[in-house]
Amino acid sequence: MLRYLVKRIIEVIPTLILVVTFVFFFVRLIPGDPAQMVAGPQATQEDIEVVREELGLNEPIPTQFVKYVTGLFKGDLGTSLRTKRPVTTEISNRYANTVRLTLLSLAWSSVVGIFLGVWSGRHRSKWQDYMGMTLAVSGISMPSFWIGFMLIIIFAVNLGWFPTTGADTFASLVLPAFTLGTSVAAVVARFTRSSLIEVLKEDYIRTARAKGIKEKVVVWKHAFRNSMISVVTVIGLQFGFLLGGSVVTESVFAFPGLGSLLIESVNYRDYPAIQSLILIFSLHFIVINLLVDILYAVLNPEIKLS
Amino acid sequence: MAKEVIKTEKDDIKTPFKEFVRKFKKQKTALVAMVFILFLVILAFISYKIAPYGINEYDYNAIMQGPSAAHWFGTDEFGRDLFSRVICGTRISLSVGLFSVTIGAVCGTILGLLGGYYGGFLDSAIMRVCDVLFAFPGIILAIAIVAILGSGLGNVVIAVAVFSTPTFARLVRSATLSLKGSVFVQAAKSIGASDARILFQHILPGAIPNIIVQYTMSIGNSILTASSLSFLGMGAQPPTPEWGLLLSNGRNYMMSSVHITLFPGLAIFLTVLAFNLLGDGLRDALDPKLSE
Repeated sequence: MLRYLVKRIIEVIPTLILVVTFVFFFVRLIPGDPAQMVAGPQATQEDIEVVREELGLNEPIPTQFVKYVTGLFKGDLGTSLRTKRPVTTEISNRYANTVRLTLLSLAWSSVVGIFLGVWSGRHRSKWQDYMGMTLAVSGISMPSFWIGFMLIIIFAVNLGWFPTTGADTFASLVLPAFTLGTSVAAVVARFTRSSLIEVLKEDYIRTARAKGIKEKVVVWKHAFRNSMISVVTVIGLQFGFLLGGSVVTESVFAFPGLGSLLIESVNYRDYPAIQSLILIFSLHFIVINLLVDILYAVLNPEIKLS
Repeated sequence: MAKEVIKTEKDDIKTPFKEFVRKFKKQKTALVAMVFILFLVILAFISYKIAPYGINEYDYNAIMQGPSAAHWFGTDEFGRDLFSRVICGTRISLSVGLFSVTIGAVCGTILGLLGGYYGGFLDSAIMRVCDVLFAFPGIILAIAIVAILGSGLGNVVIAVAVFSTPTFARLVRSATLSLKGSVFVQAAKSIGASDARILFQHILPGAIPNIIVQYTMSIGNSILTASSLSFLGMGAQPPTPEWGLLLSNGRNYMMSSVHITLFPGLAIFLTVLAFNLLGDGLRDALDPKLSE
């Protein structure tokens, strides 16, 4: 087990190095002169040089890279061009909001997704199954910004139950979390269903049924736990997609999180901020994938044996 | 398909293709979805001819009207007919979806074939690049690419193509790995077939079913991503009647005119739904495990 853990962690290192390198070259990939791009079309040569200095682009690439990486280790992500404050400050101001939003979305969508999946799976090819899976396929096909708008129109504008924007209260999290979690709930439901159906075909399920155990117990006690092993993996992976989806959802609700910060930064061509945000999203994604793999190994007895 | 050398009992021979058609015909929802997609494709070609109004035909006497007999989907803040704009948007969304996924599928397939077949350094290099691309949540990668290249529909196509490439590369690579050792590939090798012939004549056909399913599913997904990018202001620019952009435009009038956000969203939803349902149907029809 420990060996597997160490192996997985070591395997992540090259990806991490490549991601950091990619993100470093990111600003340098902008066609033309990035400093001029950042300074704007009306900038004088002097302004451009100032920006070049600010971005650290006036030094040779290897030096820049070393500086960038040492900065990363010190927690220095550069200065935002838009607010002139350290990017770390900008990010930490909003970090908690996005974490709260993604966790709440993940929580409701896993629970709903699993229940819907089990419900469909145990009533395979009956109306419950068709209804559940129609819901699920609709969930993955709806654009999240559209769901967001419809929720705002119904529950915020007409019924006045929730605020349309902000992140101050729990109520203001409800609509964004619902929007963000819909497609995840749908993916989890589809996966739970197929996983449960696979498990229900096993011999030990037939044995349990033959013994006269109630169907409810067979499904929830015998089949459900085994089908969950792979579902947990999918849920974990969806967490990464929630991070990505937060960009759109936060923009719909003007939610002060990392996603909306990314959009603002792109609109202002605030490259140090864009660079750092992309790095942060990706690091979270990598770490979550790693944790999911480890969790899978912990849950799956077959891996322990080998 | 293999040529039928044996002439007897011609109708009884179960080719994989016949088997697929037989199973696919049972998937009623997928058939409906396929008909709907065909309808969308036709609409994409003729929408500009059949649209009752021009997509940029301003009518200041009919601003922000709700749906009516004259304007089925209502009008926007310039009095433009939303129905005409939405049906003309079909061409944009379908072409963005098809182009980006086709580019991604072709690049991914070639990379997957090469990596899986030759192995070694080439394979690890390709897989490492895929790992890096996979290390970014989909839309973040697309936003990063658009932030580098600048906004616009063309760049959105590139961005979506880049992030759909690694999925195809991995898929085709694993198919190649499992087919590489098969008897018919060994046989082809031993009679001196070239690598290109082995890859494209013998291995690729085996991977095609998986590619088709992934391709169909990816189109739905890429239409969603592309419209999200347009919604965020990074894709199509006004006055293009792109669905995501139409929706984003409607956000300013959400309180008074729901129809401006409702209909473009419905168009995206139904289109993506059709591709997902077709993908599901194809997957079930091509899955040998489901043949009970």
